[in-house]
Amino acid sequence: MAMQDTTIDPPVMQAQRRLPPEVNILFVLVGIALVFEILGWIFQGQSFLGNIGRLKIMILQVSVIGIIAVGVTQVIISGGIDLSSGSIVGAVAMVSMSFAQSADYARAVYPALTDLPVIVPILAGLCVGAIAGFINGWLIAYTKIPPFIATLGMMVAARGFAKWYTKGQPVSFPTESYVAMGKGMMPVIIFLVVAVVFHITMKYTRYGKFTYAIGANPQAARVSGINVERHLIKLYVVAATLAALAGMVVAARGQTAQAGMGLMYELDAIAMAVIGGTSLAGGRGSIIGTSIGMVIFGVILSGFTFLRLDAYYQEMIKGVIIVAAVVVDTYRQKKRVKKS
Amino acid sequence: MLDTDQTRQRTAYTGDFILEVDKVRKEFPGVVALDDVQLRLRPGTVHALMGENGAGKSTLMKIIAGVYTPDRGEVRFAGKPLNIKTPIDALNSGIAMIHQELNLMNTMTVAENIWIRREPRNGIGLVDHGQMAQMTQALFDDLNIGLDPADLVGDLTVAQKQMVEIAKAVSYDSDVLIMDEPTSAITESEVEHLFAIIRDLRSKGVGIVYITHKMNELFEIADELTVFRDGQYIDTVKATDVTRDDIIQMMVGREITDMFPKIDCDIGDVILEVRNLTLPGTFHDVSFCLRRGEILGLAGLVGSGRSNVAEALFGVIPAASGQIVIDGAVVDMTSPAVAMQHGLAFLTEDRKETGCFLQLDCLENIQMALLTREKVNGMGFVQQGEVTKLAEDFAAKLRVKTPNLSETVENLSGGNQQKLLIARWLLTNPRILILDEPTRGIDVGAKSEIHRLITQLAGQGVAVLMISSELPEVLGMSDRVMVMHEGHVSGILDRSEADPVRVMELAAK
Repeated sequence: MAMQDTTIDPPVMQAQRRLPPEVNILFVLVGIALVFEILGWIFQGQSFLGNIGRLKIMILQVSVIGIIAVGVTQVIISGGIDLSSGSIVGAVAMVSMSFAQSADYARAVYPALTDLPVIVPILAGLCVGAIAGFINGWLIAYTKIPPFIATLGMMVAARGFAKWYTKGQPVSFPTESYVAMGKGMMPVIIFLVVAVVFHITMKYTRYGKFTYAIGANPQAARVSGINVERHLIKLYVVAATLAALAGMVVAARGQTAQAGMGLMYELDAIAMAVIGGTSLAGGRGSIIGTSIGMVIFGVILSGFTFLRLDAYYQEMIKGVIIVAAVVVDTYRQKKRVKKS
Repeated sequence: MLDTDQTRQRTAYTGDFILEVDKVRKEFPGVVALDDVQLRLRPGTVHALMGENGAGKSTLMKIIAGVYTPDRGEVRFAGKPLNIKTPIDALNSGIAMIHQELNLMNTMTVAENIWIRREPRNGIGLVDHGQMAQMTQALFDDLNIGLDPADLVGDLTVAQKQMVEIAKAVSYDSDVLIMDEPTSAITESEVEHLFAIIRDLRSKGVGIVYITHKMNELFEIADELTVFRDGQYIDTVKATDVTRDDIIQMMVGREITDMFPKIDCDIGDVILEVRNLTLPGTFHDVSFCLRRGEILGLAGLVGSGRSNVAEALFGVIPAASGQIVIDGAVVDMTSPAVAMQHGLAFLTEDRKETGCFLQLDCLENIQMALLTREKVNGMGFVQQGEVTKLAEDFAAKLRVKTPNLSETVENLSGGNQQKLLIARWLLTNPRILILDEPTRGIDVGAKSEIHRLITQLAGQGVAVLMISSELPEVLGMSDRVMVMHEGHVSGILDRSEADPVRVMELAAK
């Protein structure tokens, strides 16, 4: 483009760079951890953070839901919500486990299909998740019903499917290779891989860029040439597939699958994303933030156990923290709007 | 407790004017919407307020109704300064308003809509539906409206809804009634009905501010009229003292300055031809052609279908019938992606609603349209280095004022946001550029920069379709001017024959 006038004001590259929003959440995490550390010395006479074993268990406890939270985060960034993840965990655990049973077990769901290579149950599980996600995404994109309703329907239906699949019977006795998926620190490793992959995806690929664009302004996204409908379907397929992965990890770790598995996981996953700074209004959020949100969850969980406080308190405090996180976020956004 | 008494007392006052607007000024970031304007309304008269789109009429009405507060100046009501903070204050003071857009609740009944906030109660404080129906019926009888108070508003036609709005405004028994283009959605016979209601109210001493674009209505109903232009007060005259041409002259009468640096450039072959494009109820039989290097201005009142035609051309809301021909081949314009494949770009009318990604940074805003087509590798990774360089080049050429491209767009001024959106489309290297109100709401400096840019693009062979409500802009920039009126093309004028009066005549009929 040959412009007549190309004199420009020298770009004012200011040194002062605003801190990324994740830093705020990190401070909250550090603050909460320090509170437990101090209370630990006062009431228990020992360090909270100084115990590596405890920290390992802490991360292990939350990383399965963390896998779900990664998928839910990208859905929330697009302006949507996914309530079906917990039920998909249950449904996928059942289906996947039924293809993972060892031949030693006399009452397998499919007696002819035992001792299959581990890839079979994994693919079966991922397929079930992807199908559920496709249904979610298709309903949201093409019938224009709110994501809340579409995924609420899936939440109820997938749970029903999980119960129907074996008429309520648990499925057990998986092969060794299947069990390996949930052994030791495997859930944490899987979470880390998922988190890194999606951190890169959200930041550096078109998929990520379009997700933020749709959340920030779906109409502008459409006018910019983005196929919003197709992208929504992808988002929900990815979210449900990650929930499926989480479902298999849970089943492998427990060496059994039950229809009730993953109950309320969707809400914990949403809470992790929200605490991590993901805006329910769409357009804002990050995988790093959600990961920090996940660790905050873990710290609270294990901190209360550490202080030998009743589990009831845990839930109450968890509730307060979720609401407080959103109040702070809303307040921050209001301030931004006023400024502009 | 809110006022539950259904009939408020008319405000007592002495003096000639019930409502006086004195030296009111209102600025929005980057624009002066109102610059020391005045308006004096006598009781028992109909006072027309006229001006082009963007003259500041609606802004003033919003100030009177308590939606905006003025930066300076005073509004006096019955001789006393009016202190209004919310629309409810305005109603309680005796000022009712019929907005241009309908503000009814579709899922509630006609009666509930009219008496909302003022529902009659029975002995134990519950809403007395029987009495409410009677009150509505009485009101309708009085106004000669034949609607059932129990009907759901959502089931009514637009014109019927408009009548409900009017009845609701009348039910407040206000001293001042403001009507913002009340006839834009109703038919001839309903207009007559409305005028009968207005005459009746006038005879009861109500002062009415009537905003309209339609000349014939003006002479039928108005006693006095005030004209605004570009946020400034021009004059107040008696309706009987002026002619239609006088008013048009007052509304548009200004010199076209060198703000619009039109450069004559070679106009090439036809690149886009539109044949009988129709979307029932919105626009009909729209046909025109556009050549390389040409700027075709599209003028018309708000609601004339201008933007809808642009949306159809870009596949946002496709037309139902007719043809769009690009380079001689018929294109089925089903989505923006298809339009972009054929080299179209579309700067939408409303920056906030359909343009910016406000929470995202400048770079994301600039690159988004490009990324739907190129600069992404097989793995889906954005070739960020190249794209950033392109974006920085264009941001610099367009003189976007921001510390750096990682600034969030909501922190930018309107003019800079607009430049970013233009940069977004220039990055896609378009052959046909559709601009809907490219300079709305931005300051004069940025405006002339954008004008120069548009001319330069045309000079490079880009075909430009420019929609604008500002006559000087259309006339100053365009090689030809197409005028739309109520969904039809009412005329296409060459640069030499286009002047404000002819365009206004075609636009307003």
